[in-house]
Amino acid sequence: MRIVSTATLIFIFWFVLSGHTSNLLIILGIASTGLTVYLSRRMNIIDAESYPFHLSFSLFRYNLYLFKEILIANIDVIKRILSPSVAISPQVTELPASQHSDLSKVIYANSITLTPGTVTLELSGGKLKVHALSHEGIEDLEQGNMAKQVPEDKDHIS
Amino acid sequence: MMYAVAIVAIIITISLALVRALLGPTVYDRIAAMNMLGTKTILLIAVFAALTGRHDLLDIALVYALINFIGVIAVLKLVEQGNLYTAGEKHNEGSE
Amino acid sequence: MLVDILSWVCLMLGSLLGIIGGIGLHRFPDFYTRLHAAGTTDTLCAALFLLGLGLQIGVALASLKLLLIFLFIYLTSPTASHSLANAAMIGGLKPVLGK
Repeated sequence: MRIVSTATLIFIFWFVLSGHTSNLLIILGIASTGLTVYLSRRMNIIDAESYPFHLSFSLFRYNLYLFKEILIANIDVIKRILSPSVAISPQVTELPASQHSDLSKVIYANSITLTPGTVTLELSGGKLKVHALSHEGIEDLEQGNMAKQVPEDKDHIS
Repeated sequence: MMYAVAIVAIIITISLALVRALLGPTVYDRIAAMNMLGTKTILLIAVFAALTGRHDLLDIALVYALINFIGVIAVLKLVEQGNLYTAGEKHNEGSE
Repeated sequence: MLVDILSWVCLMLGSLLGIIGGIGLHRFPDFYTRLHAAGTTDTLCAALFLLGLGLQIGVALASLKLLLIFLFIYLTSPTASHSLANAAMIGGLKPVLGK
């Protein structure tokens, strides 16, 4: 199932980049898709971590939520840049990463970096070191709204 | 008209980033500025492609996005470890 | 017509966001705070620009390419920001802390 979906995605990728519709080129595209999938399988890089197929739906929903967060945080950062007395008080804090699987932890850390105003400095074990532009950013993270939204990879608890 | 304004805005942003890259003060500031400059260059190519109607240029923007990322990571590794061949996570264990 | 106005708004908002990010690059006091201004306003700026161009081009292969460019930026920009911050921290750069 994962292989089929990978192959479909790679073929769509090929088609978007090339845009050819003649028979010969389509066949060549299918051949190169096959070769790519075969090589990826031999390299063992199509697994639950590099391509979380089983999380597709929840990841999609999570990304919608993340877009909203990015918008809100961007407006906040813009306000801070444009305020006459640069209104920042940078903080470095350690936060717990309560997710159970490595994949979810990385998704969480990545989301923190993606939202403006907070950057993950380090992720080791169950701890995140976060640099934030203001107290409010840290407080929002400590309330754990985002941590709750992160899709949990239940099959691969580390 | 619309594209012209967008291109001018991108060029202003690029010059701001370039000034930051020249001023420094740390090497990380320079890399961050170059990263931003790279992203804006991608947008510049995309806007130019839409302006002239030569949609082939979008492929170049795509490749530039990848090269920009890999370039930033490579330069960071060079700055951090002093070479490009060390693998793994040992950071200056002997020298400290 | 409506599409034209929408894409105009997207492009202008994107331009504004880019310039504000550039200004932030100069107003903030140290590397870590500058990273917030530079590395992270990038994502939304790129999203707005590409959305505006996509509306202008319409349904075509080219707009799919724009979507791909956006996906690459969306995936690589936080990774680059994180590795920059991480390298700076390991390199011993101390962040300026506020009250």
